[in-house]
Amino acid sequence: MKKRSGIKWNKYLIAGLCMTGLVVFLALLGVFWTPYSTTSMSASQRFAAPSLQHLFGTDNFGRDIFSRVMKGIGATIWISTLVVALSGGVGILVGALTGYFGGIVDEVVMRFTDAINGFPSILLALVVISVLGTGQRNLVISLGIVFMPSFIRIVRSEFIRLRDADYISRARLMGVGRGRILFIHILPNIFSTFWVSVMIGFNNAILAESGMSYLGIGVQPPQASLGKMLSDAQGYLTTAPWYALAPGLTIVWIVLGFSLLSEGIQRLGK
Amino acid sequence: MKKRISVLLIMALLTMAALSGCTGGTEGSSGDNSSMESQTGGTQESLGEDSSGESQTGGTQESSEEQSSGEAQAGAPVYGGSIVVGIQQDVDSLDPHKATAAGTKEILFNIFEGLVKPDENGDLMKALASDYTISEDGLVYTFTLREGVKFHNGNAVTAEDVKYSLERASGLLDGTPLISSLSVLTSVDILDEKTVQVTVGSANTELIYSFVAAIIPAGSGEEESGTPIGTGPFSYVSYKPQEGIVVAKNPDYWQQGLPYLDEVNFKIVNSPDTALLELKGGSIQIYPYLTDSQANELTDSFQILSAPSDVVQALFLNNAVEPLNDVRIRQAICYALDLDMVNEFVAGGGATLVSSAMLPTLHTYYVDLTDTYGTAANIQKAQELMTDAGYPNGFDLEITVPSNYEYHMQTAEVVAEQLKAAGINATINPVEWSSWLSDCYTDRNYQSTISGITSDMTPGYLTNRFQTDSKKNFVNFASAAYDEAYQKAAAALDPVEKAELYKQVQKILCDEAGSAFIQVPPITIAMDPKLAGYKFYPVYVQDMSTVYYTE
Repeated sequence: MKKRSGIKWNKYLIAGLCMTGLVVFLALLGVFWTPYSTTSMSASQRFAAPSLQHLFGTDNFGRDIFSRVMKGIGATIWISTLVVALSGGVGILVGALTGYFGGIVDEVVMRFTDAINGFPSILLALVVISVLGTGQRNLVISLGIVFMPSFIRIVRSEFIRLRDADYISRARLMGVGRGRILFIHILPNIFSTFWVSVMIGFNNAILAESGMSYLGIGVQPPQASLGKMLSDAQGYLTTAPWYALAPGLTIVWIVLGFSLLSEGIQRLGK
Repeated sequence: MKKRISVLLIMALLTMAALSGCTGGTEGSSGDNSSMESQTGGTQESLGEDSSGESQTGGTQESSEEQSSGEAQAGAPVYGGSIVVGIQQDVDSLDPHKATAAGTKEILFNIFEGLVKPDENGDLMKALASDYTISEDGLVYTFTLREGVKFHNGNAVTAEDVKYSLERASGLLDGTPLISSLSVLTSVDILDEKTVQVTVGSANTELIYSFVAAIIPAGSGEEESGTPIGTGPFSYVSYKPQEGIVVAKNPDYWQQGLPYLDEVNFKIVNSPDTALLELKGGSIQIYPYLTDSQANELTDSFQILSAPSDVVQALFLNNAVEPLNDVRIRQAICYALDLDMVNEFVAGGGATLVSSAMLPTLHTYYVDLTDTYGTAANIQKAQELMTDAGYPNGFDLEITVPSNYEYHMQTAEVVAEQLKAAGINATINPVEWSSWLSDCYTDRNYQSTISGITSDMTPGYLTNRFQTDSKKNFVNFASAAYDEAYQKAAAALDPVEKAELYKQVQKILCDEAGSAFIQVPPITIAMDPKLAGYKFYPVYVQDMSTVYYTE
């Protein structure tokens, strides 16, 4: 994403930025302030329907769902960011080296990523969690491992495409160092592709995190999390539908926002 | 490109649908009971919230009213008809002496009977024995067999059958006791055709409860697991793994007029959500393990009955670790808890609050001690005690919770919040059931935990485990006064004195705050409005013999 001649705005980018902007704003705000406490319980306020006081209503413990959604978004985005940073970082490093140099190491790493891809992602994450134990850090590590192969592959294929490009061959002939070629000459040129995969990876990480929390192995109560809220809410689907709708629609909103954003970024590159 | 967005959108929606669709995994399954039993060496220990109590919130208030009306409104019983009863798990063995899972025993109760059997008040009634006497020293039991009782295969029950069954269950036959509480038996002798004398090695007034052990035809031990033959109100028809058990009316049943139904099909329904759908669709008529929110959904079309379960739920405190080794800290925790609020939030107000380890349904022995710490939070008192103990600013408390039990998890959330109000920084550590068993129960490596302990009908069952040396004393409660009181109570032969002693035992446990006891959660069942006669027992059984259609 080079801003050489200014950004060519497109509707995907605008819609995506608006949607994700709102989400990120709520998440950041939630770090410092929420309308109500996210943990204090009140017997008189149980299952209050959405109103001006409680935008999304209250849950089975009388906690304000909007406040919990704000905290939940924060937890989800934070974890997803760490997951993408971890897997993306490793992806760039390993992808660049294997893609540029090829050879036996490349072969081994590729078979290794094949092996990881061979497992259904949630199952693999579950295995890692069961080895490491629950907790946020282990959740990040396990999802990071699950998402690594896709980043490695994308970066690697871009490096393979570019390593024999004319300007790289010339640079090599001029005696430019390997590190410089890898990270100064090639890397910036794969960013448009890479950002799209980051956005998609981010979306997948959000869904995966919600899924893990839903299964009770992600973010732990009493900390709020969108996935856990969904699973708690399902017992009250008919009596308090807003309890399930609030976290559910929020997840849809976040995922849709980042999808639009990635689409917008992709169009920028053209 | 547009396609990709719509694909992503659809994926997002599908994931949501999938997420809300799959439930079974996290919900507690009472199958765990059996795993528990095998891991603790077959002590018939069934810890953990029993499957029934998975209620969440709101609305068993109505149910207690309906319970009484359910019995009163009952029209005249109609004989005949068949019903399907939803059960939560597969059976572990059809052999009544080998079955250990609570979920199996509740069904086998309909097929087998012992010399005595429990009634709905928690007392024993005479079943295959028409009378029995216990010698003064408590070492010799003499049973007189009931006349005219027949096995399902048509043969009369003889003293031989009783001798064989008791010897098999107690291990006298081949050295391996199948029912551990009967292992104190030293001999079973046939005095005459209708009289059997049992001699035991050591006196224990609660041993009589163990004679609920099933009586089976002599020599049939090997066949019982394939074709179970007993004397109960229903006889075995068929069993299909993963599907269920079908039993049919025993026309020769010795209790006149029972059972009413011709056939009962115990159908395995794996997830509570499936059960709800099946109930609504009419394919099951009775489902005994409703969550509270499910009960709310069914109040219009079903009779919702509820009763106390046989589980005592508590915030168990590891008495051996800092700072919980200080009795004042443990008491402070007891004061800090708002039990009424817990009841309201997780049991919809339908639970029975307790402050010691005894089921309130054991009326003779139970003493209500909830006034000791009060059922509302007493933050001031809690903080005074903490200041006395040298923790004026509170302390960290980790609550380990078996995460598959939604009921315990919800309780933990409420309890953690209440402790915070008293300055105790409580955090929740959800663990798998298997790691709970190994870390908390076996290795006692935890600070505090919310879980349940399942009782039977004897007053010693729950109190026994808090003795200093008991291998089941996973809270490391150590009190010489308690040990002495318990031993006196267990050895007492006079019923009145025994009851008094057991009340003292409970009081010591409560006063020394062995743990912060919370509640006995309710069992909630849904029953087709055309049915009546369902009986709750203090132990967990599904007695179908008294259930009947009213039209």
